[in-house]
Parts: sequence; C-alpha cells; structure tokens
Amino acid sequence: MFAFILARLLQSVPVLLAVAFISYGMFAFVGDPVTAMLGQDFTAAERQAMIHQLGLDQPFYLQYLHFLWNVLHGDFGLSYRLARPVGELIAERLPATMELAVSAAVLSLLIGVPLGVFTGINRNSALARGLMTLSLIGVSLPTFLIGILLILVFAVLLGWLPSFGRGDVVHFSHWSTGLLTSSGRRALILPAITLGMFQMTLILRLVRSEMLEVMRSDHIKFARARGLSEHAIHFHHALSNTLIPVITIVGLQLGMLIAFSIVTETVFQWPGMGLLLVQSIGVADIPVMSTYLLLIAVVFVVINLVVDLLYFAVDPRLRSQGGR
Amino acid sequence: MALLDVIDLVVEFPTRRGTLRALDGISFSIEPGEILGVVGESGAGKSLTGSAIIGLLEPPGRVASGQIQFEGSRIDRLSPAQMRPIRGRQIGAIFQDPLTTLDPLMSVGRQLVETMQTHLKLSDRDARARAVQWLEEVGIPAAAERVEAYPHQFSGGMRQRVVIALALCAEPKLVIADEPTTALDVSIQSQIISLLKRLTESHGTSVMLVTHDMGVIAETCDRVAVMYAGRIAEIGPVADVVRTPSHPYTEGLMGSIPSLEARVERLRQIDGAMPRLGAIPQGCAFNPRCGRTIARCFTHRPDLMPAGATQAACWLVGGGAA
Repeated sequence: MFAFILARLLQSVPVLLAVAFISYGMFAFVGDPVTAMLGQDFTAAERQAMIHQLGLDQPFYLQYLHFLWNVLHGDFGLSYRLARPVGELIAERLPATMELAVSAAVLSLLIGVPLGVFTGINRNSALARGLMTLSLIGVSLPTFLIGILLILVFAVLLGWLPSFGRGDVVHFSHWSTGLLTSSGRRALILPAITLGMFQMTLILRLVRSEMLEVMRSDHIKFARARGLSEHAIHFHHALSNTLIPVITIVGLQLGMLIAFSIVTETVFQWPGMGLLLVQSIGVADIPVMSTYLLLIAVVFVVINLVVDLLYFAVDPRLRSQGGR
Repeated sequence: MALLDVIDLVVEFPTRRGTLRALDGISFSIEPGEILGVVGESGAGKSLTGSAIIGLLEPPGRVASGQIQFEGSRIDRLSPAQMRPIRGRQIGAIFQDPLTTLDPLMSVGRQLVETMQTHLKLSDRDARARAVQWLEEVGIPAAAERVEAYPHQFSGGMRQRVVIALALCAEPKLVIADEPTTALDVSIQSQIISLLKRLTESHGTSVMLVTHDMGVIAETCDRVAVMYAGRIAEIGPVADVVRTPSHPYTEGLMGSIPSLEARVERLRQIDGAMPRLGAIPQGCAFNPRCGRTIARCFTHRPDLMPAGATQAACWLVGGGAA
C-alpha cells in the first residue's frame, strides 16, 4: 500500500511540472501586466525599470526556471496587482473556498445519494418521476443563473439570507472559518446551494442509474430469495455496489468544486480563491494565476489518490490484486 | 399433507401485443423430504415455476390464476412483507450462476451471518460459529479461515457450495434449485449435485430441482415433471418416466440421451423447436413435432391423465384414440 502511494506521488511529479510550464507559459504571453500596474501616466524609462524589476526582460525559459526554483522554495512570487506575496494571498483565500466547496460537496452528497437511492428503488412513483424532472433543471441550469435566482428570492424578495460576502469569520492562526458565527453560517447557505446544485443532481442521477443496474443483478435476486429485509438489500447489498462509480465521480466533482467555484464566488462576492483569480485575470497578474493553476493541479492529484485509496477500501477484489 | 401444492397455476406477462401465458395451468405437489426434478427445453417454464413459488416473478409477470399452497396455506397472494419471512426460512433458492449470485463486496461469512440472523434468533458469536459449521458442511476446506474470504477468492464450484450453504443456512423445508450446475465445469457438476442431495437428505429438506440434465434427474430425484410450452407434459416417479415414458415428448427426450451400453450411430432428436408463447398451436402444443398425432390432437388440448405409474397429458394414453 505504501509502495502504491509512493508510486502515485512520483507519477504526479511530471504532471505538476507540465501544469506549471503550461500555466506559466500561457500567462506569460497574454496581457500586459506592466501597463496595468503603471496606470495612466508613465514614461518609457519608468516602464523599462518596471519590466526589469519584474524580470520580464529575461528570456522566457529563464523566467520559468526562476519561477519553478522559487516555487520549490515555497516562494510563489509577488502579486503584480497587490504587491504582496502570492502564497500569502492564496493562504488567506483558501479557507473561504475550501469551506464553500466542502459545504457544497457535503450538501450534494447528503441530498443526492438518498434521493438517488429513493428514485432508483421507487422509479415508477410519482415523487421519483417529479424528482427526476427537477433534477434535469439542476443539471441544465447554469450556475450563475441559479445563484442570481436564489439571491432574488431569498435575499431580495424574502430578505432571509445575505446576498453577498462571508459574514463574520473566526480566525485560528492560518485558518479562518465562518461556520462558528451565525452570520457566517447564514452567508454560506446560498453560495453552497448554488455551487452544489449541479453536483447534487449529477450524483442523484448517477446513484439512481447505478441502483437500477445493481437491483437487476443476480446477487440482489439471491438476497431477496434469502428473505433479507428491504433495508439490508438496498443499503448493504445494492448501495455498496454502486459506490465505485459514485466515488469516482464525486472525487472528480470535488476537484471541480474547488477549481471552478469562480462563478459562484463572483456572483456572491465570496472572498475566496476564485474571486482572487477573476480579479487577477483582469490585470494579467501572472504569479497569482500560475500559482492558482498549480494549486488546482495539486488538488486534483491529491483527490485522485484519495479516490484510488477509497477503491481499495470499498472493493475487496482490488485489495487482493495489488495494494499490498 | 403435501409440503407444497401448486394448483392450476397460470402465470401471464402482459405485453403491448396482448397477454402471453407463460405457465398454463400447472399442477403438482412436493412431499416432505421429496426431490422433484423439473426438466424441459429452455423457455418451457421451469425456472418461471420456481420464481412464482418463491414470489420473485420479474414484473410485469404475475400469477393470473391458480394457487400455490405451502403447508396448506396460500402463499401466492401474500404481500412482500408477508412473503419475506417465508423466503430463506421456509423456502430457499439456489440459482444458476454462482459467479454472480454472491455479493462481491461482502465476505461469505457475513453473508451467512446476515441470512441466519434475519430468520433465526442468534447472537453474533453463535451465528459466526454456525457460519463456519455451514462452510465445513458444504465442503469448504479450512472453513474457519475462509469465513472472512470474499466471493472472488473462491472458484466457481466452491462458490456454488457457498450458495448452497446460504440457501440452507436458515433451514428451509423446501429448496428450489434452479439449474444449480449448468454454469459449472462438468467435472464439478456431480460433486455439487451429490452435495445437495446429501445435505437435503440429512436435513429432511424437500427439493425442486430444475435442470436440463436427464442424467442428474435419474440419479437424484424421486419424481420428475417434464415441462413443455408452459405445461406439464408428464409427471411421475423417475424410474417409470425414464424407462417407460408415456408422452411422445418424454420419449423423445429419453431418446436424446447418449447411452454407454448401446452403441448408436446417431442420437435421436426431436424435430423442430418448441413454439413461441404467442404461437402455441390449437390442441396439444406438441402436435407439430409429434410423430403419432391423431385428429383430436389438433382440436383439443389434453390434460394430465393417468398412464400407468405416471400421468401424461396426451390423448394416446387417455383413451383419446377411441
């Protein structure tokens, strides 16, 4: 098992190098951070000085190696826009995004899996059919529209929940959380629903179709023939056999939640990494964008590793083949 | 009193193009401790009969009329909740393919424990001890260690032994074995059949053994029912049905068994194929393939009639020729 994890981590090194190269290279050729930073009035000399100061007069590969070298030492560079260390900026924003993404994931699992089981078992009931129709809306409505609709209804018309921001947060050294204050929790509800809506409906539909598949299988028929209770059949024998594909999708979707919470964070002015990224893109803040992409790559690598480990936990057939 | 009485059972499948009658008036009974073999071609309704008895017909299939009585009380009209304590506890089932009938994610021990604790009041420890006993009884070597093993760690034959243990572990009075050896290696088949016979004998369990294999029937069963196109063509004690078949279809079946003693150039076969459910001819369903038809075979459908020691659904034995 240890060898497996080590091999996986080694495999991820070239992936991360490639992501670093592509992200840095891509951003190095888009936009002009110097102009954005200098503002309206500047002389040619000032511009030259700025370019030199940022190291942008060096050849591209040197810039890249320099970036890489610094990253390996935990230095992600200075933000062009805010003139602050990128590592610090991201560390500030990371808790907000993680809190939002994990809340959305938990929400989508807690609702999606039971509803998927329900619609899979009672597929002909009116309620299940209604849920399936509703889930189509969740799958097909774009996130920003859901967010705006939720704001309109719950913040503007009903005035129940705040329409933007994160509320009050509590700080623990490097981490901050809104879960401990009531305004923080209230502020989290709408963004979490917005972000989790698509995942929830996706999980619902996935669990449902997997349940339908498994319920037809011989071992479920045999479980019935042994007189096991409905509960045991549905949850011990059927649901566990749907877990492999569900874990795969949920893992990937969690990565998506973290990586692409941009839209939700923009709609709700959520002070997370996504909002930071959008603001950075506007002024071609290369260090922030590159570091962000690198971080997302790390997130995906870690999630994939966790997913693989969960496979072993769930499926004894895999345990006996490799792993030890 | 018979353990199981099936009386004039009709199973229908409503389809878009009308209702198909898959079982058309089946009647038979199984006595305590008896092994009844059920043979016939694919689609004759053998497995369907088993599914109907245990109440696991695949929808939209349904019992349209007739009765299934277990120990004198009807079980064909019970709700799923009422049927559940009967399944496994009173009537067990063994299915065809041991590779797919076990839950791949649960150890065989837990599957046994779960089944026994569903039906019997057993502590975790007792249930576990019994699980090991059962594995020993069905001939799993090193049962105490393998109780934690998962289905994929067993071979096909071993898995079918586990399936048999699962079917018998709540000590049902009747086991429906639906082609328990069809998916297995030929060399394993007789082992599994003799295991099944030995276990059911020692526990006094009745068996309904569905199979294609006349050899298995002849060796194992007390009585045999020959099915054709959703009906019973002939039923009676095995020795009589095998040696002196009364129904031309049974004769044909017996003729298609290779014999070790008599050297024949070519095995006899029954010409043609069994009719589809939607296209069963008028009169006797076997008439297009029968070599000894009389006029009545094309107009009237024969019911089971006494024919020596057996009963056969054929006008030739029931005085129809007169």
